[in-house]
Amino acid sequence: MKTYTSPVYPYVRPAELSGGATRHWPVIVAGAGPVGLTAAIDLAQRGIDVLVLDDDNTVSVGSRAICWSKRALEILDRLGCGERIVQKGVKWNVGRVFFRDEQVFDFNLSPDAGHRRPAFINLQQYWVEQLLVERVGELSQAELRWRNKVVGVAPQADRIVVRVSTPDGDYAVQADWLIVADGARSPIRGMLGLESEGEVFHDRFLIADIYMTSDFPPERWFWFDPPFHRNQSALLHRQADHVWRVDFQLGWDADPEEEKKPERILPRLKAMLGDKVEFEIEWASVYTFQCRRMLSFRHGRALFAGDAAHLVSPFGARGANSGIQDIDNLAWKLELVLEDLAPQTLLDSYDVERAFAADENILATTRSTEFITPKGKASRTFRDAVLMLAKRHPFARRLVNSGRLSVPAILRDSPLNTADAAGAAFGGAMAPGTPAADAPVTGPRGDWLLAYLEDGFTLLAFGAEVPADAVASLARDAIPVTVVQVGGPPTAGARRIEDREGMLATRYDARAGTCYLFRPDQHVCARWRAFDLARLRAALALATGQIAIVQKAAA
Amino acid sequence: MLNTEPNIPAPDDFYQDLIELHRDLTDEQSALINAKLILLLANHIGDSAVLRDAMRAAREDMTRLPRGEGQG
Repeated sequence: MKTYTSPVYPYVRPAELSGGATRHWPVIVAGAGPVGLTAAIDLAQRGIDVLVLDDDNTVSVGSRAICWSKRALEILDRLGCGERIVQKGVKWNVGRVFFRDEQVFDFNLSPDAGHRRPAFINLQQYWVEQLLVERVGELSQAELRWRNKVVGVAPQADRIVVRVSTPDGDYAVQADWLIVADGARSPIRGMLGLESEGEVFHDRFLIADIYMTSDFPPERWFWFDPPFHRNQSALLHRQADHVWRVDFQLGWDADPEEEKKPERILPRLKAMLGDKVEFEIEWASVYTFQCRRMLSFRHGRALFAGDAAHLVSPFGARGANSGIQDIDNLAWKLELVLEDLAPQTLLDSYDVERAFAADENILATTRSTEFITPKGKASRTFRDAVLMLAKRHPFARRLVNSGRLSVPAILRDSPLNTADAAGAAFGGAMAPGTPAADAPVTGPRGDWLLAYLEDGFTLLAFGAEVPADAVASLARDAIPVTVVQVGGPPTAGARRIEDREGMLATRYDARAGTCYLFRPDQHVCARWRAFDLARLRAALALATGQIAIVQKAAA
Repeated sequence: MLNTEPNIPAPDDFYQDLIELHRDLTDEQSALINAKLILLLANHIGDSAVLRDAMRAAREDMTRLPRGEGQG
C-alpha cells in the first residue's frame, strides 16, 4: 500500500517449550485486535499480569473499522493512548445525505462546546492497532505473543487451560480468566460449543480504501440512488494519510469475485468522483453483513468481548466501539474479583450490561440496514417516500437512516445502580447507568473532568461536602473511593477542581451538597443531594456485587 | 385514543380529493403518494399511542378482503 506498511512483530519461542511447568496467569486474552489490545492495556494498568495470544504477527489488514466514537476515545484516554490516536486521526462532525442528484439533509455531530473529545475521529483500524500495540509495549505486566494460536480450551472448576500452537510446537498455559476477543468467527466460541445467533442481510457491499489528494472535505457523504450508482447506495469518508473509504452497495446477486476486480471498481469510482480526480486503490473487497449475538457473554471462566460476542453491520460505527466499551465494563470487575474484593457473580453483570448494550446496537444497525437495503416492496416504498419528503419537510429528515452513529448505551436498568431517592428530583441526563459527561474544569490534573475519574471509584462532591475524616476513611477502605470536590474550601485528602464555566453543575444538575458516585468505568452508579457515608458504602457494595438487588429498596 | 367517530368536515369532498389524488398515476406512483401521505399525517398527529391504535385498526379484518372479482 502506498500509505502504510504493516509492521511485522517478532515471534519469540515461548519459554514453555523449553521445559518447565505450565505457567498460571490471572488473565489470558485471546486475540490482539482492538478489543484484545484494549483489554491488555486496561488490565496491565490495573497491575494485573496479562498474557495476550494472537495467531498472526501483524495488525489488521484491509479496510475495517474507521470511525472511533467519543466514548471510545475517552476510554482510550483513560488507557493512556487517546492522544496519539486523535493526533493521527481525522476529526469530522458533518454528514450529508444525498438522494438522486440532490442533498436532502445534513447533520452536525459536534457536541456542545465543553468536551475534550470530538464526536468521532476517523483512523484506519490498522493504525489504531499499531498505536495500541505501542501502548502495550509500555506496560511491563502485559506480555504479547505473536504467532501463538489457541487450538484448545479446557475450562475447569478453578482455572481454564489453554492449548497453544506455535511454529516451534504446542504448549499449554492456564489462567483464572480468559477474555475471548478472537473476532467474528471466534474459533474459541466454536471450541466451547457455543452459538451466536442472528441474521445475515441479503446484500453485498464493495468496500474500498483509495488514496486521493483531493479537496473533498472530511465529511461523511452518503448517497441513496445517485446518478453514478442507480438504485443502490454509496458512501465516501475520509481517513488518515489521504486515504478515503468508499462503499458501494451491489445487491445480493452481485458476484463478489468479479466485483473485486480493478476493471469493475475503477469505472464506479470514476463515476462517483469525476474524471479529473486522480486516485489509487489501496484495498478492495466485497462484504456481506450480519447481526448476531451470543446468548450470554460469560461462559464460566471465559468472557466474550467484541465481535466474538456480538456482530453488527457497520452502519453507525457500533462494532469496534462497542467492543472497547465491553472491556471498559469488564476490566475493573475482573480486577476486584482477582483481588477477592468482589464475588465472581459480579462478572454476570458484565453479561447483563453488555448484552443490553449489544441489543441496543443490534436494533439500531438492523434498522439502518433495513433503510439502506429495504426488504420487500412496501419497505422500499416507505424508504423512498421518506427520502422524497426530506428535501422540503424537516420531520422526514429525522427518519432518514443511513446509520445511527454510535453513542454509549445508558445502563438504566443495571443491577449495579442505586436508584435516586424519592424527592432527590434530579433533572438533566446523568442518571445512574450513564457514562460521565465531560466538562471543562480547572485543577491539578488538567482541564477536563474525565481526567479526574480514574481507574477506581470516585465521588464527585459539589462544595466541601465530605468531611476530612470521611475522605480519609474512604481512602482506606478495601475498595477505596477517591473524593473529588468541586469548589468550596479545600478539604484535607480530597482532590479539588473548579467548575470553570459552570457547565459541570449544569450537566449534572448539581447544587451545593450534590454527590455523584462513579464506577471505575466512569459510569454513574449513584447520586444524592447530600453526602451520607452509610448510603455511599451501600451503593458501593451494590455496584460491586456484594449485596443482592432486593436490598436496593432500602436506599 | 384513536378517534373513529365522524371527524372529517365535508366527508364526500374529502373522499373525492383522495381518489383524485391518484388520477393518472401508475401503481408505483400511487404507492409512493400513499406512503408520503401516511408519513405526513403521522407526523402531524404525533401521538405514539394514537398511531399504534391506527395501525392496529388498519390491520383488522384483513382476511375478509375480497380475493377476486365477484366476491365483493
